[in-house]
Amino acid sequence: MTSFIELRNVTKSYRTLQEEDLLALQDVSFEVGKSEFVSVVGASGCGKTTLLKIIAGLIPYSSGEVLIGGSSVKGPRKDIGFVFQQPVLLPWRTVLENTLLPIEVMGLPREEYGRRAQDILDRVGLSGFSNKYPFELSGGMQQRVAITRALVYDPDVLLLDEPFGALDAMTRESLNLELLRIWSDHRKTVLFVTHSISEAIFLSDRVVALTPRPGRLADVVEVDLPRPRRLDVMQTEAFGMLAKRIRSLLGIGEEVGGIE
Amino acid sequence: MSKLFQKEWVCSVCLLAVLLVIWEVTVKYFEVPFFLLPAPSGVLTSLRDGLSESLTSRVGFYLHTYYTVSEALLGFLIGSGLGLILGTLIAQSPFVGRVFLPYIVAFQSLPKVALAPLLIVWFGVGMTSKVVIVAMLTFFPLLVNSIAGFESVDRDLLEMMRSFKATRWQIFCKVRFPSALPFIFAGLSMAIVYSLIGAIVGEFIGGRHGLGILILQMNFNMDMQGVFSVFVVLSVIGIAFYLAMRLIERRVVFWASRSRDVIEL
Ligand SMILES: Nc1ncnc2c1ncn2[C@@H]1O[C@H](COP(=O)(O)OP(=O)(O)OP(=O)(O)O)[C@@H](O)[C@H]1O
Ligand SMILES: [Mg+2]
Repeated sequence: MTSFIELRNVTKSYRTLQEEDLLALQDVSFEVGKSEFVSVVGASGCGKTTLLKIIAGLIPYSSGEVLIGGSSVKGPRKDIGFVFQQPVLLPWRTVLENTLLPIEVMGLPREEYGRRAQDILDRVGLSGFSNKYPFELSGGMQQRVAITRALVYDPDVLLLDEPFGALDAMTRESLNLELLRIWSDHRKTVLFVTHSISEAIFLSDRVVALTPRPGRLADVVEVDLPRPRRLDVMQTEAFGMLAKRIRSLLGIGEEVGGIE
Repeated sequence: MSKLFQKEWVCSVCLLAVLLVIWEVTVKYFEVPFFLLPAPSGVLTSLRDGLSESLTSRVGFYLHTYYTVSEALLGFLIGSGLGLILGTLIAQSPFVGRVFLPYIVAFQSLPKVALAPLLIVWFGVGMTSKVVIVAMLTFFPLLVNSIAGFESVDRDLLEMMRSFKATRWQIFCKVRFPSALPFIFAGLSMAIVYSLIGAIVGEFIGGRHGLGILILQMNFNMDMQGVFSVFVVLSVIGIAFYLAMRLIERRVVFWASRSRDVIEL
């Protein structure tokens, strides 16, 4: 498999207001192949969002190298769709206008992509809400608008930062299935951040486990469960073994909670 | 929401009626001299007289209202327009902002009406001097509020726009400017009130037309009933200005007021 996203010894330290350096990521190296679905798991504050924003070219990194399609990341790219941890919608725009924001910015034909946006909104269960404003929507619905906005311009790469973190378990599972369908229909390269180990295993080809403070690569776990997957795969023994493996990588003992 | 608003409205009107009755009774009972404090009934008579004069009469309200309102609105448009433009430009560059800041603070702490006599000397007793005074008064609320508005922009929104490779101009039009609008309207609401104050102060210092001139004339003639009737006209204009501004605000920055409604209920 050829690697599409490649991280080589990526290190990132933030300058705090007290003029100290805070090491957020240290020597992180891994690869994501073209059309691969890879998840990143780790405890809160271990640098997952930082990692994703570095790959998206939104924040600079201190040392190392990030390559996408063989070229070094220097800034944001139009072939990446980013779903932030919060919905980040414009309150003065309707749902449909929000999803068409990247279309306007990139100067793509509005008519054609308007239909596309409507299709995606239908698929994520927001059929009747195109003309509502964000403040009329629940948090989970807002997040689905944000996902639609990232999909509408059909980027090759999707970077998702805990997109379903604010959702209840049921909606979350159905959106996970929808995401898998979109991924397999369009063969996108997906990097998915979550703090749910079972969600990561269920969705991914491989799971990247990060240790907390500073974020370091614990290991990359291959998920060799057959596809297409159904929800009951979570009850299998193979699934349980993978979950146990990742839990031990993250240094979570049997009795210590914190992560699902 | 609208019900709540109506209830407050009714209470305000009732309170006004009660105060007027107390006032009327007090004036009549203690036989307060008419040149100190007129009774509401007398003010009403003067108000009717003023309103029944012709459009061009120098003792009626219409001509003077036309001048005062024109001065206020013209000055408001020029002053707030310039304040908005300069505030917007300053907010685009932190460096320019820091260069201008000492001047802004210095001018803001200066009572601008103190400059009014000077402006009459420079621009004459006609409308121009009043328009300049109003423009000066309305300039600063817009300058300060637009700068604050642009600084209030949510950083996550900017990052989201950057993720689409948006240009500076696109980010300005689609995110920064709309984000600043609630602040800009707060400035406009303040400025519209100042505009009337500026016009009257200007007229007091020197002029030929306007409600300020009418007040001076009536004062000179000891016509206190008349003076109070002009107060009524001025407050009606002031309220109309303010309500018109709020109405436009509700239309334009509907998202801000809607979300406030949600919290209120
Ligand atoms: N702008 C910043 N300035 C300084 N420190 C920061 C900044 N952003 C993040 N950090 C620090 O970097 C570390 C990693 O933050 P990050 O947001 O990447 O964590 P995360 O894994 O996404 O956490 P969560 O699961 O809670 O979202 C944290 O310790 C945080 O305090
Ligand atoms: Mg995060």
